[in-house]
Amino acid sequence: METREEVQILGAIGLRRRYRVLVAKLGLDGHDRGAKIVARALKDAGFEVIYTGIKQTPEMVVRSAIQEDVDVIGISILSGAHMALVPEVLRLLKEYKADDIPVVVGGIIPWDDAIKLKSMGVSEVFFPDTPLSHIIEKIKELAEKRRKGLE
Amino acid sequence: MKSFKLYLTVVIFIKGRYLGDYSEDFIQALARALKEWHDEMVRAGYKDRLNMFLTDSGIEIKTVYTPLDIASTSYFEKIGLPGQYPFTRGIHYNMYRGKIWTIRQFSGFGTPEDTNKRLKYLVEHGETGLSIAFDEVTLLGLDPDHPLAIGEVGVEGVSVASLWDMDVLFKDIDMGKITTNMTINPPAPVMLSFYVAVARSRGVPDHMIGGTTQNDQLKEFIGQKTYVFPPRPALKIGVDVIEWSIKNLPKWNPISISGYHIYEAGATPVQELAFTLADGIEYVREMIRRGYDVDSFAPRLSFFFVAGINIFEHVAKFRAARRMWAKIMRDWFGAKKARSMWLRFHAQTSGVELRAIEPYNNIIRVTLQALAAILGGAQSLHTNAFDEALALPTEFSAKLALRTQQIIAYESGVADTVDPLAGSYYIEWLTDKIEEEAWKIIDRIENMGGMLEAIEKGYPQREITESAYRRQREIEEMRRIIVGVNAFKGEILENEVKIPLLEIDEPSVRAHQIARLRKLKSSRDQAKVNTTLTELERASSRGENIVPYIYNAAISLATLGEIMGVLRNVYGEWSEPIIY
Repeated sequence: METREEVQILGAIGLRRRYRVLVAKLGLDGHDRGAKIVARALKDAGFEVIYTGIKQTPEMVVRSAIQEDVDVIGISILSGAHMALVPEVLRLLKEYKADDIPVVVGGIIPWDDAIKLKSMGVSEVFFPDTPLSHIIEKIKELAEKRRKGLE
Repeated sequence: MKSFKLYLTVVIFIKGRYLGDYSEDFIQALARALKEWHDEMVRAGYKDRLNMFLTDSGIEIKTVYTPLDIASTSYFEKIGLPGQYPFTRGIHYNMYRGKIWTIRQFSGFGTPEDTNKRLKYLVEHGETGLSIAFDEVTLLGLDPDHPLAIGEVGVEGVSVASLWDMDVLFKDIDMGKITTNMTINPPAPVMLSFYVAVARSRGVPDHMIGGTTQNDQLKEFIGQKTYVFPPRPALKIGVDVIEWSIKNLPKWNPISISGYHIYEAGATPVQELAFTLADGIEYVREMIRRGYDVDSFAPRLSFFFVAGINIFEHVAKFRAARRMWAKIMRDWFGAKKARSMWLRFHAQTSGVELRAIEPYNNIIRVTLQALAAILGGAQSLHTNAFDEALALPTEFSAKLALRTQQIIAYESGVADTVDPLAGSYYIEWLTDKIEEEAWKIIDRIENMGGMLEAIEKGYPQREITESAYRRQREIEEMRRIIVGVNAFKGEILENEVKIPLLEIDEPSVRAHQIARLRKLKSSRDQAKVNTTLTELERASSRGENIVPYIYNAAISLATLGEIMGVLRNVYGEWSEPIIY
């Protein structure tokens, strides 16, 4: 149960109950500034955030997402390995029958790759300079949609 | 006005204890004039457009600076002359009048063949030093055939896993003539061994092998995050490299004590400065603990800082850094040689300050950042390409970045006199202020028992996480204007979105690298490899300096992953506490 104060905050930002988000640093790079900022901003916006830390494999990300029963998976990647690793996350989600969990990706992603990732099933790609408010709004929408689908 | 109270404080302070270079009469006259000026400004109704002006470190900036602000600064004690203690104005007497800084562009992608071509291209266009960017697989000491390497080989830098790769990387490059920086940390002794072995095989004598291994193990836990081992063995390995280098390679910089990644991870300029010097102090202590006289190794220590877009603050930071390090080396560690007190540094323009939206604007940002490095007295400089926020640079964007430095060096005239901003009331005041703030942080770290302890407690990590979040909030709340991003947003033109980017065919790079790895393994004397790796394991368990053993393994054609695998078994791997 949320505290009274938390309920007020949740009410103020329009969340019926706390949504759970996995923020994962996929790949080998250590550029965690963006992931940490997004994790913190989501937390401040009332989400329950599970931040994995760096150097996560697709397998680790999918396992964490399922174990933590998250509503959205947020992947941060700046190593350039997104075209190899993100599709693997999507494949594993299908394999574990968890592909109802939407995946969003942020990092250094060239435009053309973003289009490809979206066609593969990634819900949103956030580029550098995307306002936090936009990221929060999109993740909230995806979480709401998923909850509705489960009801 | 709040700032005016500060003036009065200064005057009162001076009345009691006169330390500076101005006469008391002059100071009193100036204080009176300034008060009248201030009253006049208020009467005339001048209003500032912001409530407060702050530097990126949160230092409040006044309307105007005068000799009052530096009235307690003794010129000889705090500023001095170039090439002399406290080196505020530069480590050399004539700075860029003698030699333009080294233009050293951080480059690497794909196979060693790809990067070799890029290095030669840059040298042909006037680059004067090399700097190698390795891919994440190499940075973590893995071979390209490791399962974790999938998708990562050659995409964020060049893949180098053996002596053979290093040989290809430097094909037709005179290793006795040009100096090379290698941004490599946990595997620094391995990469240094590969480099030295290739140079020696080409007949380059040890005293002519010049360059730098970044080898700043401590900052990996604060920024960059390509750590492998826990902090204590990491520190040991870093200091092993320093020890081995000073004995064998008189021209090699075994370490580049780095603030760059700390800033990029979110630190303010003051935090970057303080954390970097605190890391440096730790390395010096460790070498002294091993029985070395400070003057025997200190001249080989080098530094690496960010050049940010807040020009004056970064210039002041560089000047404060030199003064602080000179003091630390002379007064804390008893250094006697001037060279031991020199803070020699490489600078790189900030990547996080570049933007993905309207990327061509980054050309201007990089120019301003580069200017900060040069006005701050950098020994070498990398300028980022404008497409940094999107991908690794293309040949075109890399050339443009190189040209930026050449235009500053040869057309702008800023390199024609030493430390041209010295004597600016603002710059001198800000240099003092940044120094004062950085000492406070260093004191705090000293009280924790030094940087190793502070890192284990998560202190610098937490501090920069906070700063990064604060900076992002400032952008979100429009308290920090980023042109074209959160202000003055216009229509995004098609040619701003569809810019040609460097594309890397990772599967084929990986296949190429794995093929060479297999060929190497099938052609080498496996018994010899096994022996050298066993000897390395024994030496590292005994706590000996491991570099000679790594060198032997490297020349017996053991791979990066094999050598690092031995060390992983001995020292274990680090997983960091989650802080956000």
